[in-house]
Amino acid sequence: MKKLICALLAAVLLLPVCALAAEEVNIFNWEDYIDESVLEQFEQETGIKVNYMRFTENEDMIISVESNPGKFDVVFPSEYMVERMINRGELAEINFDNIPNFANIRDDLKNPSYDPGNAHSVPYMWGTLGILYNTKLVDEADVQTWGVLWNEKYAGQVLMMDSLRDTMGLALLMVNPENSMNCTDYAQLRAAADLLIMQKQSGMVKSYGLDEFKDKMVAGEGALAVVYSGDAEYAIELNEDLAYVVPREGSNIWVDNAVIPATARNKENAEKFIDFLCRPEIAAANVQEIGYCCVNVPAMEILGEEYQSSSVMNPSEDVISRCEYYHDLDETWLSIYTTLYSEVLSAKVNN
Amino acid sequence: MTDLQLPAWAGWAMGLGLLLFIVLVAISVRRNHGIKRSIFAAPYSLWMIIFTILPCILIAYYALTDANGRFTFDNFSSFWDSNHIMRENLRAVAGDEMAATVARGSVNVDTLVYSLWMAFLCTAVSLVLGYPAALFMADRKMKLGATLVVLFIIPMWMNFLLRTIAWMSLLEDNGLINAFLQWIGVGKAQLMYNQEAVLLGMVYNFLPFMVFPIYTSLSKMDPKLAEAAQDLGCNDFRTLYKVTMPLSLPGVISGITMVFMPSVTTFFIPRVLGGGNTRMFGDLIESTFKTAGNWNLGSALSLIMMILILISLSILRKADPNGEGGGIV
Amino acid sequence: MKQFLKKSYLAIILIFLYVPIIVLIVQSFNSGKSRAKWEGLSLHWYQELFSNTSIMNALWVTVTVALVATVAATLLGTLAAIGIYSMKKRPQALMMTITNLPNTMPDIVTGVSLMLLYIFAKVERGYVTMVLAHITFDVPYVVLSVLPKLKQMNKHIYEAALDLGATPTYALTHVIIPECKQGIVTGALLAFTLSLDDFTISYFTTSPLVQNLSTLIYSATKLGISPVYYALSSLMFVVLLVLLLIVNHRTADNK
Repeated sequence: MKKLICALLAAVLLLPVCALAAEEVNIFNWEDYIDESVLEQFEQETGIKVNYMRFTENEDMIISVESNPGKFDVVFPSEYMVERMINRGELAEINFDNIPNFANIRDDLKNPSYDPGNAHSVPYMWGTLGILYNTKLVDEADVQTWGVLWNEKYAGQVLMMDSLRDTMGLALLMVNPENSMNCTDYAQLRAAADLLIMQKQSGMVKSYGLDEFKDKMVAGEGALAVVYSGDAEYAIELNEDLAYVVPREGSNIWVDNAVIPATARNKENAEKFIDFLCRPEIAAANVQEIGYCCVNVPAMEILGEEYQSSSVMNPSEDVISRCEYYHDLDETWLSIYTTLYSEVLSAKVNN
Repeated sequence: MTDLQLPAWAGWAMGLGLLLFIVLVAISVRRNHGIKRSIFAAPYSLWMIIFTILPCILIAYYALTDANGRFTFDNFSSFWDSNHIMRENLRAVAGDEMAATVARGSVNVDTLVYSLWMAFLCTAVSLVLGYPAALFMADRKMKLGATLVVLFIIPMWMNFLLRTIAWMSLLEDNGLINAFLQWIGVGKAQLMYNQEAVLLGMVYNFLPFMVFPIYTSLSKMDPKLAEAAQDLGCNDFRTLYKVTMPLSLPGVISGITMVFMPSVTTFFIPRVLGGGNTRMFGDLIESTFKTAGNWNLGSALSLIMMILILISLSILRKADPNGEGGGIV
Repeated sequence: MKQFLKKSYLAIILIFLYVPIIVLIVQSFNSGKSRAKWEGLSLHWYQELFSNTSIMNALWVTVTVALVATVAATLLGTLAAIGIYSMKKRPQALMMTITNLPNTMPDIVTGVSLMLLYIFAKVERGYVTMVLAHITFDVPYVVLSVLPKLKQMNKHIYEAALDLGATPTYALTHVIIPECKQGIVTGALLAFTLSLDDFTISYFTTSPLVQNLSTLIYSATKLGISPVYYALSSLMFVVLLVLLLIVNHRTADNK
């Protein structure tokens, strides 16, 4: 017995040492955001071990990156978060000699305003924010506006997103369709927060959440949900009663990017991995799996007719013209947004 | 908030503290002319200093400084007035007039009050449900005590998070309870994402912590006392009220502590079963650290909660002067 | 009649405690993914479980962390209890206050304070920091289970051993430790169980790279939980139950 315990103890203490030995790359990506078989393919081709970790929100991701320096080699922030990470000096410049497949990226996504010249980021996916609804429960005419989320017909059946920028952004459009989702006018922001608090207190909202919405909507738990387009695509495939719409007031177009933190320990492996993601057949496999919009021109051809004709995965010019990017807010406005949003989260339902 | 650093004196203070500790140990060894057995506690004391006392000091330090390490009471002002920082920021970007429109924000205080209320409800329900259970378990005529204790412990081996998630499949719109309600013709009800669901989840998870200490103190009680009371003419109810209950008080107090504390601070249960409609204080602390990344405010909130708990514990201890609460061991 | 009512009450409470667990176990055999619909009996999720590397890694982390923390905490705690027991009254009271401190600190505060400690000391969070945190919350429980056994012990046994020519070390290993063996075992079991089930403290003291089961399940709940986790917990539950029965059986034999 004693020997057994000693042996076990020795084995356990040696464990972390063994784990350090091999070539590796640490990926920090969104939940449900890749075709996992692709990771195996990368491991087999390069012999680099992939450690794959997941996050659910930009705000959580940046805190993890900041408080665990050196733990991540590739992360996938959205456009405004790329801006913030660049401003805080947290991103390494990417060596594009190692990423020949960058040529495959759509031209309109290259050289974006949030990262001029793509010095630090390579687009991975893009998409829209909109409403996923159950056509059996919701009138199609109602859902053309964000106002449907305040429509008393659907009290208690609305699933709201627990995401600072998205939720505040859509409420800003509700206050006034002329507002930008990057609004820095306190009166408008206050009104937006009040709208959200009123919505919650009057019992419109069933729950606040994130990725679990797609499964809930598939299971018929809720009539309306604020979701990203890829989640909508996934849900619609599983339940044909569901449909997706980008309301007429407009919405957000976001671009998630592969970036390398300045503290990364395996920068070359990270570049190899990013280049691998830009390969047409890999990009196509990922889009196929998760249902977001494709950033890769040759990959769109591989995906073919089904992709081109999907209004969710391939939004029309009309939809795109209604939408805008998020821009990073400075510390001051960010804290104002955060304070107002915290008030929304803490509001209690009036019984 | 990128790089939180303590000033250099903190490092020196720690070094000095460690040196002092070693010197103290050395002195006590010399004084006793050799190694005394109380020295066995030295590694433990050192461990507790590094991993319990120092972290507590760090919380206090972060709570009393701003992101640049300067001394400030701002974090406590922010607790009382959650709009404090926002108002100051607005003054800078939109002028005094706009700042003046910002009223006191009561988010943090309200959340704390709400958590205390929920924890109180949970403790009360657990006591009402748990006391009779412990009483019957300790009933010698039933001869079930030991087996029942095991039966109460077994559910706690299922992962705490999964146990809570299991309630989801019972309470959902398409869950088992609703399926049953529909089957008997009552129709569906909204059972999840409200206060009652969170309360249920808390009582479910913490009830055993109420039952064990009460059971322990009841089973230590001399059964002859109750018999004597009955011989002297007390009826069952009076015996319970006058003899058994006062004697089980230490167990009750320890049970209350063990249920109240985790229920003020839980953040998983309200997240899963409350769906964002029932934010509690633990939730607030977690998101202040992990989503807002404001370690100073988060520390202040933790410190306030800790002090509050220490105060309520010392009040409870007054009711149990011997401090011999049943405990789970 | 009264006995019957009492028994029924206990039965109802037990049903309340067991229903979710039974539901969980039943659903681990459901071949479909939905919690709502029963789509037939299958072992599909159990197969999935063993091929899921992140769960298997998390299981390994959970069990090894619990084992190392238990062994370390039991050693540290038993020594400490013996030390505290032989202290004079005032230092003893001080030590007891320190020992009770973690018990009066909510998990979230312990977790957060340790996180600040690691950040302050610039220690990278991961496996080792999680083990240290687990030892920290385990030790007081060991001390608190061993100490009462020492107090129950007849003080003169130790002196008698010395009088009979035993060295202090011999007396320690052959007299004192056997006397409080039961307390040590209780403490170790308690420490192991607490470690195995801990979520909050692990959540704050590890990085996303090193997940134990609880933190893994936590991130999975944000996604909508898969029945793989039901299979996992059912399996762990059964293993622990069998272990308990074996231990019980053996102690019964010893008597």
